[in-house]
Amino acid sequence: MTGIITLKIAMRALIRNKARSLLTALGIIIGIAAVIAVVAVGQGASVTMRSQINSMGNNLLLIFPGSQKTGGFHGGAGTQQTLTAEDGEAILRECPFVQAMTPLVRTGAQCIYRENDWGTSVQGVDVSYQEVRGWDVASGSFFTDSDVRSASRVCVIGKTVAEQLFQGEDPVNQSIRIKNMPFRVMGVMTSKGSAAWGQDQDDTIIAPWTTVRRVLQNSAFNNVNQLMFSLVSMDILPQAKEEISQILRQRHRLNVSTDNDFTLTDMTEVTKMITQVSSLMTMLLTIIASISLVVGGIGIMNIMLVAVSERTREIGLRLAIGARRRDILMQFLAEAVALSGAGGLMGIALGVSVANIIARINHWPVMVSPGAVLIALTFSAGVGIFFGFYPAWRAARLNPIESLRRE
Amino acid sequence: MLISLRQICKVYHMEEVDVPALQEVSTDIAAGEFVAIMGHSGSGKSTLLNLLGCLDRPDSGTYLLDGHEVDRLDSDALAGIRNRKIGFVFQNFNLLPRTTALENVELPLYYGAKLSSAERHERARALLIRLGLKDRLGHHPGQLSGGQQQRVAIARALVNQPPLILADEPTGNLDSRSADDIMALFQELNREGITIVMVTHEPDIARFAKRVIQMKDGKIV
Ligand SMILES: Nc1ncnc2c1ncn2[C@@H]1O[C@H](COP(=O)(O)OP(=O)(O)OP(=O)(O)O)[C@@H](O)[C@H]1O
Ligand SMILES: [Mg+2]
Repeated sequence: MTGIITLKIAMRALIRNKARSLLTALGIIIGIAAVIAVVAVGQGASVTMRSQINSMGNNLLLIFPGSQKTGGFHGGAGTQQTLTAEDGEAILRECPFVQAMTPLVRTGAQCIYRENDWGTSVQGVDVSYQEVRGWDVASGSFFTDSDVRSASRVCVIGKTVAEQLFQGEDPVNQSIRIKNMPFRVMGVMTSKGSAAWGQDQDDTIIAPWTTVRRVLQNSAFNNVNQLMFSLVSMDILPQAKEEISQILRQRHRLNVSTDNDFTLTDMTEVTKMITQVSSLMTMLLTIIASISLVVGGIGIMNIMLVAVSERTREIGLRLAIGARRRDILMQFLAEAVALSGAGGLMGIALGVSVANIIARINHWPVMVSPGAVLIALTFSAGVGIFFGFYPAWRAARLNPIESLRRE
Repeated sequence: MLISLRQICKVYHMEEVDVPALQEVSTDIAAGEFVAIMGHSGSGKSTLLNLLGCLDRPDSGTYLLDGHEVDRLDSDALAGIRNRKIGFVFQNFNLLPRTTALENVELPLYYGAKLSSAERHERARALLIRLGLKDRLGHHPGQLSGGQQQRVAIARALVNQPPLILADEPTGNLDSRSADDIMALFQELNREGITIVMVTHEPDIARFAKRVIQMKDGKIV
């Protein structure tokens, strides 16, 4: 008997018991669907997160005040006096790996335009913020160096703020009140969407850092929450970090035995963390899927044992009319494989649809890789062979005379 | 000689006792014979027929089928012989349920002859038509009378054109009219040269055979 005929006969036997076959295949269907959906969703999610991280800025390197040991990442405004805008300028001057730099001070503020008000964050930055973050104005213009020098009350606003305060009106050259002080809106930024951790990057107001420091925070000091750098390339990241550390240690007059009073952070760490989390998720769900496949396989084994005992007389007859033991083995093996293979195909279809739905809800790209589909098919066929072998072997071992006599 | 048995012994080992089902059976059956095996229940008729059909092996003795010493062959070779040289007809028909008459008859063609599916169909169809089942090709066994089912089974036995038909009480489940029809068919096949060995209880059925072998307590008498 050729393989194709054997498979065809096996399919026919399964179709005779439609409901039973479907229920038996359910374990495989769910297992495979889970694998396909999880892999697709995981890949979609990590691609999305990676593009969100890229949207943070160009070759971004961040410096926070406070050492990692004592202060954690965010030393908090005012608690650390160690990091200043002058530090940033010195680094920009002295370190050839740095392309652009902006200090960043952050504060929360209530903003009012006519009868609309909106609570948002205000970021005080330098003009080169545009370059560091790769973020342009959509309409109007960004503020200028002289605005920064003179701490002018000007700002540009994110798309969300524009929508909330102006509700369709053109914000450019309008006056808004931030913490009850009037600011002129010079422009509206393009939309950046949400960040990797889900925060809306467009819900922000951007003003000269000097203005935020002097006017909104009422402080004469030049210490900042953060320095943001754009490096010439990510390849020189380790050297750049080393050199910047040296410059800062010198400026802060730290002796050899003192820890850094600042923390360097780059996005590779965030990327690494996201990759770790998503591979952990993938692993967990893969384990669940494998358990489901094993349970499905045991179901197939069970139903095949039932089939062998139900069809003992058929087996006896086939042996009598010239079937060899291996023909019987192949027949029942083919049925098990057809069962698990069909389950695998249905599982793939189900998994792809589930992945599509999840992707659509989360606005992710759909990422059903042909590799995953191929692996799923191979696995389901493998489950059929593995769990179908024992029943098929039992069938092939039957004695024809006794089988024919069985009622 | 188509069949030649020499001192065939077969013992079934039960828990405590040994049941000697065949004791030194020797006989010859020539090609073209139509033999009925008769005897009381338990006299070893079915045991003998199963040995003739290569479904079982003797404990001792030699069995020459068509000149080949088949008791020496391995199980794959025996399967080949069953497929090509022997057609079985059973008391309870042993047709596959929920499978059409045509497909039942095609079954032996899957194991052996390399035929296209069109050739398989054609051979099975021709046989069923010849046996008067032209309008029953697509019927399942459950939709056929006992006599019709047995004719489907005979068509299945004939489909590989074997020289030998073995039938264990082929009329045991049939009324006398259908039984006579089946016997007439056997006689016709025998006239065409097919050797038939048939087990039966009934003298009326044995009448159709050319020769009767009587068995008693595992021996031919
Ligand atoms: N599988 C078996 N295990 C043990 N004993 C068996 C087996 N098959 C047959 N026998 C015994 O062998 C003897 C011959 O059995 P066999 O089936 O050949 O008789 P038979 O002539 O065909 O009888 P019947 O006319 O009732 O069909 C009997 O005593 C039976 O009990
Ligand atoms: Mg018997």
